[in-house]
Amino acid sequence: MKVCNEMKLSFPSRSANEAFARTAVSAFAAALDPTIEELADLKTAVSEAVTNAIVHAYQEQIGMVYIHAKILENSRIVIRIRDKGCGIADVKQAMEPLYTTCTTGERSGLGFAVMEAFMDKVKVRSQVGRGTTVTLEKTILSKGAE
Amino acid sequence: MKGDKAMPLKLYAEENKVVACLMGEIDHHGAGRLREEIDGMLERMRPDTLILDFREVTFMDSSGIGLVMGRYRLIRQWNGAVEIHNPAPSIKKVMRLAGLDRIASIHASPPAKGGSTEKTEAQV
Ligand SMILES: Nc1ncnc2c1ncn2[C@@H]1O[C@H](COP(=O)(O)OP(=O)(O)OP(=O)(O)O)[C@@H](O)[C@H]1O
Ligand SMILES: [Mg+2]
Repeated sequence: MKVCNEMKLSFPSRSANEAFARTAVSAFAAALDPTIEELADLKTAVSEAVTNAIVHAYQEQIGMVYIHAKILENSRIVIRIRDKGCGIADVKQAMEPLYTTCTTGERSGLGFAVMEAFMDKVKVRSQVGRGTTVTLEKTILSKGAE
Repeated sequence: MKGDKAMPLKLYAEENKVVACLMGEIDHHGAGRLREEIDGMLERMRPDTLILDFREVTFMDSSGIGLVMGRYRLIRQWNGAVEIHNPAPSIKKVMRLAGLDRIASIHASPPAKGGSTEKTEAQV
């Protein structure tokens, strides 16, 4: 499918960058004229994937997080969020609602469930020791089409 | 980088309640400090009810879910309850998805002030 616009971002896995990343993607998506709800969905899903890279992939270390967002024909937005962190051994299990490897009791294991609920498509590719790529896709119906 | 901004939180005790007015965007970056502040107050006051007022919250992801669930677990130790007040539609959507409406009641109007024990909040 034809790429109408695209952008790339990379930043170190500091938690202060969570807000930056989701705001940047939502500014990029604004060209599609999304509704307030669509924009909130997008922001939340991006925040989940970026937070996972920061919290789980790199843990106590600082590594780079890469975002590549594309706007395709038919108002489809595709956002790839990639890390070079620890990877996920069992992606299917990781994506199950309430599954978490966090032991502090402060994580609910719902990040992937939120991404799946708020986006049309969520794809995860991961290799232990090499990193994880999460691809989020959504067709924006846009305000004008309502 | 951290600690140079004012805490996006107003926290006070009132009768047997602790009220936490949350502000701005709730994500993993900010959740830790919010947790520490709220838990400090909860452990001191041991209230019957924790009111989490989301009126000024503009964004929340699953880190906010974790924040609510963690406080729920703490206050349950002395059989207290959590009330969620005034979440915007986008925030209510995340809460519903996580089933927070099963552990906390969600209310649409501001917390009762000035000694009123009447429960006038509408369920949403
Ligand atoms: N980028 C990643 N790198 C390594 N592990 C990951 C990554 N993303 C997710 N995981 C693993 O998948 C699990 C589930 O992720 P999910 O986002 O659903 O829940 P969580 O992050 O544990 O909790 P929550 O998102 O509700 O705060 C995580 O606990 C972690 O073990
Ligand atoms: Mg997560």
